[in-house]
Amino acid sequence: MSSPVAPAAVRRVVRPHGPLVIEIEGVTKLYRMGAETVHALRGVNLKIHRNEYLAIMGPSGSGKSTLMNMLGCLDTPTAGRYEFSSKNVATMVDDELAEIRNREIGFVFQTFNLLPRSDALHNVELPLIYAGVPKQERLERARQALENVALGDRLHHRPNELSGGQRQRVAIARALVTRPSIILADEPTGNLDSKTGVEIMNLFEQLYEQGNTLIVVTHEEDIAQHARRIVRLRDGLIESDGPSQQ
Amino acid sequence: MRILYEISESIRIAFAQIVANKLRSALTALGVVIGIVAVTLMGTAINGIDVGVDRSFAGFGDDILYVTKWPWRDTEDWWNFRNRRPIRFDYAHQINDWIADHPQGPLKLAVPAANRFGSVTRGDYKVSSIFTLGTSADYARITRSDLKEGRFFSELDEQSGNSVCVLGFDVADALFPGESPLGKTVRIRDHEFLVLGVVARQGSFLGLFSWDSMVAMPLRTYRRYLRVGEEGEIRVQVDVNRMPEARDELRGLMRRLRQLGPDQRDDFELNEQGTIRQQLDPIKNGIALAGLFITGLALFVGAIGIMNITYVSVKERTKEIGTRKALGARRRTILLQFLIEAVSICLVGGVLGLAVTAGLTQLVAVLAPSFPLVFSVGLVLVGIVISVVTGVSSGFAPAWQASKLDPVEALRYE
Repeated sequence: MSSPVAPAAVRRVVRPHGPLVIEIEGVTKLYRMGAETVHALRGVNLKIHRNEYLAIMGPSGSGKSTLMNMLGCLDTPTAGRYEFSSKNVATMVDDELAEIRNREIGFVFQTFNLLPRSDALHNVELPLIYAGVPKQERLERARQALENVALGDRLHHRPNELSGGQRQRVAIARALVTRPSIILADEPTGNLDSKTGVEIMNLFEQLYEQGNTLIVVTHEEDIAQHARRIVRLRDGLIESDGPSQQ
Repeated sequence: MRILYEISESIRIAFAQIVANKLRSALTALGVVIGIVAVTLMGTAINGIDVGVDRSFAGFGDDILYVTKWPWRDTEDWWNFRNRRPIRFDYAHQINDWIADHPQGPLKLAVPAANRFGSVTRGDYKVSSIFTLGTSADYARITRSDLKEGRFFSELDEQSGNSVCVLGFDVADALFPGESPLGKTVRIRDHEFLVLGVVARQGSFLGLFSWDSMVAMPLRTYRRYLRVGEEGEIRVQVDVNRMPEARDELRGLMRRLRQLGPDQRDDFELNEQGTIRQQLDPIKNGIALAGLFITGLALFVGAIGIMNITYVSVKERTKEIGTRKALGARRRTILLQFLIEAVSICLVGGVLGLAVTAGLTQLVAVLAPSFPLVFSVGLVLVGIVISVVTGVSSGFAPAWQASKLDPVEALRYE
């Protein structure tokens, strides 16, 4: 019965950690919602090393999304220290954050967020445009990235001509194409059926084994169990932080 | 380098966007089309004023100084000029003698001229208010007008005071419809004049004077049959590149001819074509200013359309903006993207508008040739520049708003 899972568990590798990528210390985040102030994060400490495979879990309202936005340099903390590759992110302005996102972070969204009118190749090419990579190299790298996610034969398909799983693989190729320090995936299987979800998680497993650093934000326990380390949040604080059970 | 990639990406998005929303883009561009048509048509009309004036003055030439009793500019103290001595016709000979002695001088050739307005008839045909000019045979050498047929009167005609004349195009056309006037006669003040030639068509502008409605004849003939007195003027052709020097020279010469002492003021005027043009400038500027203001309003409405559509576009694509920001688009990138989108629609509208204006100008040229509308390359450039400026200024506010969107909120937007 458990045969589909067992081989994966047997082959499961834990790679040694690389150097420190993310260091968060005493980070808080306040939102003002009208007259009320919401404490989304109340003092979070977290260290993430290169080549970790980390899941961030928590029920809604736990501060999970806020932490993810922070890790993704989409947002800055109200107080506390956030260093990304030893650079202080907490005090960066918009364009400096954009630079970090472009070079260091690959985003994978629940809703894929592909440009609907562009083909797969152009979608994957996009971050390289913002990085200032010349056209020839851009196209070559985008093509390569799509081949890595087994979409080499779908280069000129638009998102509406692709299945959900294929769309998410295009998004993953887009995240990988800049060779970022971390891949940040927000509920990457949330809009997929369970079979396709397993496919995507297997792809993540491959990426991890190839030496990528993965952070998956999810509220699904079995998705989180794919990771090597699980951080659980509750009420804006880290409730637990440790290796996954398998 | 990166900015170039971003610009080319923005242009690509802009055109994809226009193509994806054809109707919406077309309606928005229509506002700009109307604005650009209004502004550039106004431009062709203003150009046309210049061309019309040029056309009207072509027969005069810009290298002629007119020695007259009265100044051409507006004067409030007319009584100061009234008692001046007349400009005698034989000054022309004396000036020409001086020119013969100074072949390297800035003056070239002087001709006397006298004129009146009157009617010219031929049988039952009659034309009124015709500018009738008495002058020397040399006049043919200083005028810019060509003859359509026949010849100008000769030195011999002038010395003999022959009853001959040369007709302007409109005069010939009115008196001799469908036939050649050469060898036939016209009647002025109960006297018959043989037609020697017809001047080619000059065109006129808003009723301003032109060669087309005039008659020229030898001065001696003119004085014999039409007016006896000494009321006239001298036209002096000069080297147009040495205009100030020519003015000084001619002024000194005229003062000697009129025997003015050092303490006496000039009792004559030196006029040139530019004097009349200067008088027309304020009129032209007034038309231009009022016209451009009114047509500018049409463009303003078009610009509001662009601003509106850009706001809509930003709103619709909030999530896309969030995605782009997450992937590393900077504020500049997003700003540029929406600015280029607004400018692209404006440019499409502008080019269409210019095409419409060019078409209308052609149409008017065919239907009403005398109505001066002049389309020019300069106007195309102005139209393009106006389109771009309209796009940038109307697209800026929404584009700025887009560039400042918080990526977290933009990504969350549905």
